[in-house]
Order: sequence, then structure tokens, then C-alpha cells
Amino acid sequence: MIKDKVRVKTFKIDDVAVTGRSDSTILEVAKEHGIHIPTLCYLEGLSCVGACRMCIVEIKGSSKLIPSCTAKIKEDMEVITNSSRLIKHRKMILSMIFAERTHTCSVCVSNGHCELQSQATDIGLEHSLVPYIHKGFDVDASHKEYVYDPNRCILCTRCVRVCSEVEGAHALDILGRGISAKIIHDMDEPWSTSESCTSCGKCVQVCPTGALFEKGASATEMVKKKSIVTNLIQARKNK
Amino acid sequence: MSKVRVATIWLDGCSGCHMSFLDMDERLIELAELIDVVYSPYVDAKEFPTNVDLTIVEGALSTDHDLKMIKKIRKNSKKILALGDCAITGNISALKNLFGTEAVLKKGYFDLVDFNESGEYPSKMVPKLLDKVIPLNEAVDIDFFVPGCPTPADAIYEVIKGILENREVDISKLTRFGK
Amino acid sequence: MIESLEELLAHALKKKESEKNSHEELRVCIGSSCASLGADELKKGLKTKVKDENLDKQCSVKGVGCNGLCSAAIMVSHYDKEKELETIYGGVEQNDIDDLVGIIKDKSSLENKKCDMNEPFFTKQKKIVLENAGVIDPDDIDDYIAHGGYIALFTALEEMRPEDIINEVKVSGLRGRGGGGYPTGLKWETVAKVESNQKYIVCNGDEGDPGAFMDRAVMEADPHKIIEGMALCAYACGADKGYIYVRAEYPEAVKKLNKAIKQARNNGILGNQIANSGFNFDLEVRLGGGAFVCGEATALVTSIEGNRGQPRQKPPHLSNSGLWGEPTILNNVETFANIAPIIKNGGEWYSSMGTKNSTGTKVFALTGNIKNTGLVEVPMGITLRELIYDIGGGVTDDKPLKAIQTGGPSGGCIPEELLDIKVDYDSLKEVGSIMGSGGLIVMDENSNMLEVARFFMEFSKDESCGKCVPCRVGTTELTNLLDKFVKKEASKSDFQLLKDMCEVVKESSLCGLGQAAPNPVLSTIKYFENEYLEGIKDD
Repeated sequence: MIKDKVRVKTFKIDDVAVTGRSDSTILEVAKEHGIHIPTLCYLEGLSCVGACRMCIVEIKGSSKLIPSCTAKIKEDMEVITNSSRLIKHRKMILSMIFAERTHTCSVCVSNGHCELQSQATDIGLEHSLVPYIHKGFDVDASHKEYVYDPNRCILCTRCVRVCSEVEGAHALDILGRGISAKIIHDMDEPWSTSESCTSCGKCVQVCPTGALFEKGASATEMVKKKSIVTNLIQARKNK
Repeated sequence: MSKVRVATIWLDGCSGCHMSFLDMDERLIELAELIDVVYSPYVDAKEFPTNVDLTIVEGALSTDHDLKMIKKIRKNSKKILALGDCAITGNISALKNLFGTEAVLKKGYFDLVDFNESGEYPSKMVPKLLDKVIPLNEAVDIDFFVPGCPTPADAIYEVIKGILENREVDISKLTRFGK
Repeated sequence: MIESLEELLAHALKKKESEKNSHEELRVCIGSSCASLGADELKKGLKTKVKDENLDKQCSVKGVGCNGLCSAAIMVSHYDKEKELETIYGGVEQNDIDDLVGIIKDKSSLENKKCDMNEPFFTKQKKIVLENAGVIDPDDIDDYIAHGGYIALFTALEEMRPEDIINEVKVSGLRGRGGGGYPTGLKWETVAKVESNQKYIVCNGDEGDPGAFMDRAVMEADPHKIIEGMALCAYACGADKGYIYVRAEYPEAVKKLNKAIKQARNNGILGNQIANSGFNFDLEVRLGGGAFVCGEATALVTSIEGNRGQPRQKPPHLSNSGLWGEPTILNNVETFANIAPIIKNGGEWYSSMGTKNSTGTKVFALTGNIKNTGLVEVPMGITLRELIYDIGGGVTDDKPLKAIQTGGPSGGCIPEELLDIKVDYDSLKEVGSIMGSGGLIVMDENSNMLEVARFFMEFSKDESCGKCVPCRVGTTELTNLLDKFVKKEASKSDFQLLKDMCEVVKESSLCGLGQAAPNPVLSTIKYFENEYLEGIKDD
């Protein structure tokens, strides 16, 4: 592996001049400067996978759309985060997430605290632009404390990553392809019989929707505490 | 100035959004000055009229009757407002898509009943279930979407006022999916 | 052990010497099409018969790789070594053994199955990648060496510096034959310049496009050529380890490659201190589990590492961070098969063929409603019309041609009126298709373009890994929508939605699979919009 020396780079985001360390991503620098770019699969401290495509941005002079969570900054680049083209794409992508499974906010334990739901409000999506698919899955409520409802899952894989990268258990992974893809425990066993799961609950706290939730919590109580995980990651970094 | 001809209807919904409509309380009187309700569960019209300016539709499309109705509504209305999550996303009504129509009928007419004389699903008097519950916009073009479960009265009021005054309303502060 | 160019040439001579009494060869094609009709059995029967008639001194019988004209399986060719004359017989059956043996005595035997060697199918082709296909026995390294194999590698190791090789490849103008068309020399130069203790060479043999079977034929017919190309690449870029990633659905190719690697190791062509030069290189075959997406560079590398075969966002590119995070070169089978001929004959020789920006030759797999189904290798710049009507023999039953599809699920449909465009990377791209890996499907007037678009979209849907949203959901949505058009149940707004979704899937998907998935739809909309409009019902 080749390691570049870290330098500081200057460039523009939405016509605002910004600086960042050369090893940072566009998203990181945007956050530092208070410029909002919508994200779903991104979680600070976990590896970036560029899967949800919500954070796509344009670079002046290029027709390509790139995810800002994985794109490293370049000197003098001009990033656009909110063109009408980007908004159109994001609306369509968000529609696709809503249409894929059964996101019924009214009966969801995460109603009011859901990142998918607030994403829709933020970008002004009041209906899905694409027909509903409503792919159905069985719910796994076998674990004594937590429930996994794949029907509310958006396959952001935050749970997979936090389990592997922070907890070190790698009890979760993905099975299947396309819209049949699904998060599984161990070799697709009921959660309660998973031998590698430590029941730490980090997956539940980082889940952006109601796909993973605590048993016995009401919609007002089921507020995800992402900070438990992000603080832990930060504390380890500082050590 | 003649009053705006407004119709309201609920298809596969729980009527909650219509309750919310009534929750506009005294503002209903204000609206009554501006609109004529020409067809609605609130009034006693049997046939869906022609020449409607605005139809407010609650509920998803679940049966062949719903489908026929929404097409007629589209034909007879200048504008359609999809009110509430069922009309916009399928919502609770669409939960049965997870299991399929056949399974739902079996549950309803065999598994959960004490007796079923004919031994069949009812085929007369009740409309036929579609294979899938769909939101309105998958069958016809919709002009306005106001989500919510049920849509709060404030949102309904602001939107109707906006339509009457021909100005755009930002509903994101007033309602969202599931609210 | 062969330790120098001199020894290699001596080795080749020895092989020729051992066959000096045999003046003729009967070559039985044992490529997949012929094998499925019992070519192996035919070969065995023929061998016994030749021996029984005491002709085995004069004529050897051997199995060879794909001859190209798969529609005429089983193919057997008779080769007269002195006159250097090859006569091909097509549609040979088990009960033709007697007549085949008769050819050795009397050339007029089996006249009815003799192929006309003056047909454009034979005369218009230019074989570089396939030069040994149908000629050598893929199981025999000596046969490869006797036909000039490994000369390029040994010459390079003895006489050339790594940068000389890269320079020849750059001069040749060779571009990636996997479909992308990235300049091969440039790719190699990038990796050669990266400083790293460990670099890898990977060969992509995951050929997954429906209707494409070029790479399989090369792997089955001439495995040593791939090994030689990879070794040259490794020497040029400073790598000492390589992987050939082959889909598990190609068991014969895997067998042939493994055997070839073993033979190369036994002869000192793979391993340590190759040709006493201080150059070490070894190869391993890795099997793909049947996912189309594993043909995508980053997914392929992830799969070799032993993980779920999913692509990741580029950059970083493989040349900086590939296999296990190390600089990696990934080229496809056909690209590597071009290397040894380029080094042997020089880059300029190669660039003299084809067009300015697309040099050399390209192998195509002709399928669909075409008379001569099979594999052909043609110089770049040939027109599609020549390819289909001259070499391919035209449309089956002489029906009017409607369109041709190139590039598989990532490509597009080209209508009849554009048949005079040249076959090169840029011309095909201009008309909305791609060169792709070389699958070419011919469709006659009865083909329904909506069904074609739907077929490819469903393929992409089934093969989407599910990682990114636009591809995972978009390909399903598009398949459902195309279904409505096929059933003539679509609405006007569905047509707009179809176009909008194509745009989003194309522009915002993570990897090439998703980005290219809408291409079959977009190109059919472009040229056959009528059929879409007919799919819209009046309301």
C-alpha cells in the first residue's frame, strides 16, 4: 500500500471556498463546513460503502455523479451538492427505497425517529415516483431483546459494518441478490440461535429505520442512540 | 363568484382522514363560504357527479370497484387531491400485499369464521379484490399529495386554502408520512 | 526444464522431429459445441480406426480447440503438413469414421461434407487470438511450443526490459477486450510505475454475457497463450503472482487451464527463476460462483479475496488498490491472448491492422438468427454488414434483418439501417451500443424489440448484487414496467417514467452493471420507439 503524505487542499463546495485534509472525503469536508448533503448508509466512523447513493454530488466539468462519502477531495475541484439534476435523482432513489419493501410509517415503531422518513420530509418527497414492489419477508422476533423486521430494512448495511468493524463479531451479513438480498444472522439462522451475536445491540442503535428495534419499546421511546457507537469509535481513535 | 365544486370520497381507508377533515372545526364554516360539497360521505349524493373542480380521495385502491371509481373521478374532476398515506402509499391497506389476496381471503372467510355456509368466497354484492393494493397515482394522474395518517386538520385546511387561492403550500412543516 | 530461448527452440524442434514421419493430421474439434455432439467419442473411434488400418505413422489424430463454425459441429479438419493445406469437414457424425479415414487415402472421400474454404467465413477472418484454435492440442504444451509458443516470453526475458514490453503494447494500440476498451499499455504502465513490494496480475475469464463464448473458446483451445500473456504482463509490471478467475460454469476451461499451468510449471515456464532471469511468476485458477457481477473488476477482486462478490466504489482503482489492497492489473482473456503475438511480431505489426483508435482484431460470437453461428475473428473496422452477410452468411432462412445486439446486457441494439458502420469501439458507442466482450446477436424481422429489452433487463435484475439502490430496485422496477409494455398495458406516463428511471439507474448506480443496465432499453427506444408506443393502451 502506498501512503500519500497528508496535505491540505482548497476547493469549492456550492461556490463556498473550503479546505480539508487531503485524505478526507467530500462529505467530511462538507460536514465540517456546515454544508448539508443527505445520507442514509453513511455513519461516521464506519467504513463507507457508497450504497444508498443519496449523497451523490456533481463535480464541475464532469457529467458523472459521484457519492461524496467515498470521493476524496481534490485541489481546486468545484463540488455541486444541490443542482436540480441531483434533487431529481435523489427523489427517484428515495422513491425506490420506499417502494421496494413495506415502509408503513403509521404502524412503525420508529415513526417520528426514522432517518428514511425524515429524508422524505427534507427533500420534499410526498409520494413515491415509482410503483410499489412491496417485497415481503418474515420477521425474526426470536431474540429476547430485539426484533428484526426485514420489511423495513433499506440494506444500508450499517448493522453489518458496526458488528464487524466495531463489535468485532461479524454476526451479520447479506444473503441473496437484488431485491431478494437480506441481512442474516450467522448462516441465516434465527437471531436467538446465532452463536456469534453478542447481543450488544449496536446494530439496533445504528439502524436508520425500524428494521431493528428493541422489544417492548413504544414509538415515542424507540429513539436510536447512534451516539453510543460514534462516541465509542471516537474514543478508540483518541486512545 | 360561483363556489368551487368539491367532492370527497373514501376508498380503501379507515375514514380517519375524513374525521380529520371534520376536525377543521370552525374553519369548515369559512370553507363552506367558498366550496360546495357535491359528493361525499358527508352528503347524500348517490352518483358521482360530473364537472367537479376538486375531488379529495382518501384510501388506497383495493378492489375492481375502487379502480372503476378512481377512473370515473379522474374523468369527472379537474383536480384530484390524494389525502393521507393510504391514498399515497397504500399504507395499512397495502400491508396485505405482504401475504397476497388469496391468503387474506382465506384468513377472512375460512380460518377466522365460525361457519361459512356456501364454502366459497363471496362473489356477489362485494367487489373483487385486486391482486395488489395500489396507491392512487399508480392508476391515474394525481394533482396534489397530502400525506399523513391521518392527515392533520391544519394540513388539510392549509392545502385546501392554497388550492382555492392558487398558491403553493409547503406542507413539510404540517405533515409527513405516518403523522 | 526449459531454461533459455535456445532450449525452447530445441524443444520445439524435437517435437517436430518426433512427428517427422507423419505428414498429415486429422484434427477433431473438441470445443463445447462439438463435444456436446460426441466429438470425444468420434476422436477415440477415429484413432482406433487409423491404427487398425496401419495409418497411424503417416497420420496423427488429435483433439483441437474450437474451430469457429459451431453451427457445423462436429468439425474435423484434415491438414497436409507438406502442402500446408487444411480442408475442413462440417457436420461430421460417428458413422463417418470410415469415410474420414478414407480421406487419408483418397482426398475425394466425404466430399459432401467438405467446407468450401473460399467462403468469406474463412477468407475474411484474420486470426491472431484464435491462431492456434483448431490447430494445436490444448492439452499438450509441446504442441504449443512447436507452434511458436513461449518464444515471446523467452525473448522478452532475455532481450527486453520491462519498459520495452510496455512500450510495444502501447505502440500496438491494444485496448481492453473485456468491453471497456481502456488502453492496455497505459494500464500496465500505471501499475509498473506504482511502487509496491507486491503486485498482482488477474485474468478475467468470468464471461457472463448471454450469447458470448469467445473467452471460453480461447481458454479451452489455447490455454498456454493466456499464461504466456500474463507472464509477459507480470514481467513488464513487476508482479510475481497471478490469478485466472474463471466461472465455474466452464469446467472444461478450468480443466484445460489447470493442466496447462501444471505443464508450464513442470517445464520451468512458471515458478522461480524463469529462464534463469531472476523473474518469478506463478499462477492459480480461481472459480467464480456464477454471479454475473463478478465480471466487474472490483467485484471480481473481492470474490478472489474470498468475500461476497460485490463491487465497491471506484476510485481507488485496481492499479492502486486491487487484490488485498495491492496494485493489480486486471485484463480479460482475449486481451492477454493478444500479448504474445504483439511481443513476437512487434507493436507496429499489430497497429497496422484495424482502425486508428481500434487496432488489431476482435473475436465475435455470432448467435441468433444467423446462418454461420460460431466464433469469428475479424480485423477491427470491418463493417457490420460484412460481418453478418459475408462471414456470418446472412440471416437464417434469408429473412430480412431487423437489428443486431452487441455487448450483451450492457450493450444496445443496432438497427438494420446502420449496418454499414464500422466495428470499432468508438463507432459502436456513437450509435448507442458498445463493443462489449464480443457477443453479437442477430435478430430477424420477427423479433419483438420490447421483449429483447425486457429479456436483458430481467437478466440485469437477476444479476444485480443488491448493494446500491438504483440498480437493485431500478432493474426490478424497469423489468416490471417493460412487462407492461410487452403486454400492451402501459400508460403514457409509464413511458416517461421508463425514460426517467433509465436515466437515474444509468447515472447513479455504483458499478458498471447498473450503469449499463438501461442501455438495451435506451437503444431500443432510440431506434424502435414505435414498438414502445404500440405497447401503450388507449385510456
